[in-house]
Amino acid sequence: MKRFFRKKSSCQVAKDRLKILLISDRVNCSPEIMELIKADITKVISKYMKIDAQNMDIQINAKANKGGRGKTPILYANIPIIDIHKS
Amino acid sequence: MENNISTEKKNSEVIVVTSGKGGVGKTTTSANVGTGLAKQGKKVCLIDTDIGLRNLDVVMGLENRIVYNLVDVVEGNCRIKQALIRDKRHPGLYLMPSAQTRDKSAVSPGQMVKVIEHLKEQFDYIILDCPAGIEQGFQNAIAGANRAIVVTTPEVSAIRDADRIIGLLEANGFKQMDLIINRLRMDMVKRGDMMSAADVVDILAIPLMGIIPDDENVVIATNQGEPLVGNDTPAGQAYANVVDRIQGKEVPFLNFEKGISFWTKVTGIFRKV
Repeated sequence: MKRFFRKKSSCQVAKDRLKILLISDRVNCSPEIMELIKADITKVISKYMKIDAQNMDIQINAKANKGGRGKTPILYANIPIIDIHKS
Repeated sequence: MENNISTEKKNSEVIVVTSGKGGVGKTTTSANVGTGLAKQGKKVCLIDTDIGLRNLDVVMGLENRIVYNLVDVVEGNCRIKQALIRDKRHPGLYLMPSAQTRDKSAVSPGQMVKVIEHLKEQFDYIILDCPAGIEQGFQNAIAGANRAIVVTTPEVSAIRDADRIIGLLEANGFKQMDLIINRLRMDMVKRGDMMSAADVVDILAIPLMGIIPDDENVVIATNQGEPLVGNDTPAGQAYANVVDRIQGKEVPFLNFEKGISFWTKVTGIFRKV
């Protein structure tokens, strides 16, 4: 019965772990640094607008070029805005 | 039928079979791919580049026929031809064994390139079985190759190493790299307990050349020293498809490797409860 309540399959866990692991492997940038970048971006953007820091997502995508494995990593930041005019 | 053997000698392909991690099936893949190509009438030379830990000879069942080896060739103790073992079961198939009593530093990348340049004159395909790791053995193995087959299993550790290897191959100017996913267990994929082929391809982002199911016949074939490519076994068929794809033929992937839908995953979990 335990399996029934399990949230993720072990396959999904493996995929999620690998995705994070390979980002830092490929760009030589640790998850800790990603967290620091995220915190700093939040701080800067928050000066100008109200954002949903809980649901923001930043990642380094190393597969930018067409045909697969690009050599130029790109930093993506997906930041939901709660209120665009900060009052 | 294509029996236009070795007329265009300059187009010979030099393929390195590599993985980073040990024990994922590089040697088995090399043996089956080489044997499969020879079965189709190609002239094939298999080279074991794992100096100190040679294995391709036993997997091929040719261990009793070794006189000279790769290090002897490089050091000038014999001519290239003397070190080549002809596989009597398949015309056109030769093995250059590695040395068992030496270490990786006995050969340099430059020397490998020279040996391969000589072999290119007589062979359509030169398959290099790469040692595990990313040190000198790896550098030797990739030095003369123009194409790579990256072998991995659907496990986190093997995939991570494969990703590293792909990065290193890219840095060394490799343009053609293809992926073989070895030891896939469909029952586990269905249950959601193993990454599917699509998952692995999605992560590694290089073209897929084959999916080899986890098949006990591989062990049996290795016991007997006879590669199972082309046999009526799941792995034998999968390897036969790989051999066709290497030559640029389009072959549909076997049924066991089709993507698993979300619903199958869900029902898989329910069945287990």
